[in-house]
Amino acid sequence: MKALKESNNAVDPRIEIIDKRLENVKRVIAVSSGKGGVGKSLIASMLALTLAKKNYKVGLFDADFTSPSTHRILGVKKLEIKEEKGIIPMHVHGLKYMSIIAFSGEKTLPLRGADVSNALIELFSTTLWGNLDYLLVDMPPGISDTLLDVIRFVKKTEFLIVSTPSTLAFETVKKLLTLLKELKMPVVGVIENMKTKRGSPTRERVASANVSFLGVIPFDSEVEDALGDVDALSQTIFARKLAEIVPRIISPSA
Amino acid sequence: MHEWALAEAIISSAIDIAEKEGLAEVREVKIKVGELQQVEIEVLKFALSELRAGKLRNANFVIETVKAELRCQVCKLKWSFNKNGLDEMSTEAVHFVPEVVHAYIRCPRCGSPDFEILEGRGVWLESIKGVK
Ligand SMILES: Nc1ncnc2c1ncn2[C@@H]1O[C@H](COP(=O)(O)OP(=O)(O)OP(=O)(O)O)[C@@H](O)[C@H]1O
Ligand SMILES: [Mg+2]
Ligand SMILES: [Zn+2]
Repeated sequence: MKALKESNNAVDPRIEIIDKRLENVKRVIAVSSGKGGVGKSLIASMLALTLAKKNYKVGLFDADFTSPSTHRILGVKKLEIKEEKGIIPMHVHGLKYMSIIAFSGEKTLPLRGADVSNALIELFSTTLWGNLDYLLVDMPPGISDTLLDVIRFVKKTEFLIVSTPSTLAFETVKKLLTLLKELKMPVVGVIENMKTKRGSPTRERVASANVSFLGVIPFDSEVEDALGDVDALSQTIFARKLAEIVPRIISPSA
Repeated sequence: MHEWALAEAIISSAIDIAEKEGLAEVREVKIKVGELQQVEIEVLKFALSELRAGKLRNANFVIETVKAELRCQVCKLKWSFNKNGLDEMSTEAVHFVPEVVHAYIRCPRCGSPDFEILEGRGVWLESIKGVK
């Protein structure tokens, strides 16, 4: 007789299965930043759409459970998921899509760290993404429970880091990069978003951190009115500038 | 968690443990299921019997339900989850992701949504019996 553990924390079978759930996903890219409000959700959503348009198989997972945004960006009104030996993500605009709003709807969802971890493990262990070239994960800001759990449980994650020209943004990004380096997690590179002035301070800052600088996206006042309308969004300068960066994400040596 | 996805995870973990423990054959796997998640035990049992293979071929699965206990972080009240307080859609949502219960119920004493799930969420492997 093997008692797995005397406490009520015995073996959690969900964790074991996560690798298997993602075995046919070629790349998992977590869009992260040390700072909030820098454009992670917009970049994750638009990057997913851009890759899907290039005929890649793409999934988008909104991992910001307390403040999900990607459904608003993509104009997803009602998320209906199907279950079939697991949870089948919804198809939206050519993407496989999963967000906590499939379960919490429009309601506020106040979660503490342990709940965030549990919900994350639950969704990673039950969502059947199937074959994907890219799974983009929209991360909550900062060095959060979600970030630590993605590092812990989704071993093949690569990080795409978003910063702004502000020194305050980069200050936090630097800490995040240091952590990722220490934990040997791959970093695709850094994007500078919401540029308003000439020059790109992030380019030099990133060079000294020994990480790829992927490019700059200007502050685009057209974005706000286009939110929720993917056709309008794809016409924005934001989308065009992001599209210029995409080849460097597809093949990091380009 | 969906019962089949769950069963798959249980089998995969049990095989892993049997490997590590050097068991030639597993006779019994004890599983605890938290009440909060409203897992359909019959479906889970069926899925387990369909999916068992290798060292688990002849294993018997014993499933026990654990009552869901919640504790308010603010006023410290402890109470037991009662599924009758939820409508059908919320029940289904909680079935998939138990944590969303924070969107649907409140502390019965102070009304806070800031409570802990002390016990009775998820599914875990309690013990494994077998022969070496
Ligand atoms: N280049 C840009 N030009 C104009 N507006 C932008 C740009 N990038 C992002 N935004 C806007 O800035 C706001 C914040 O963006 P977003 O929600 O994507 O940030 P975030 O980093 O995901 O935030 P959080 O940390 O809260 O998750 C949104 O209103 C978004 O539409
Ligand atoms: Mg966001
Ligand atoms: Zn209370």
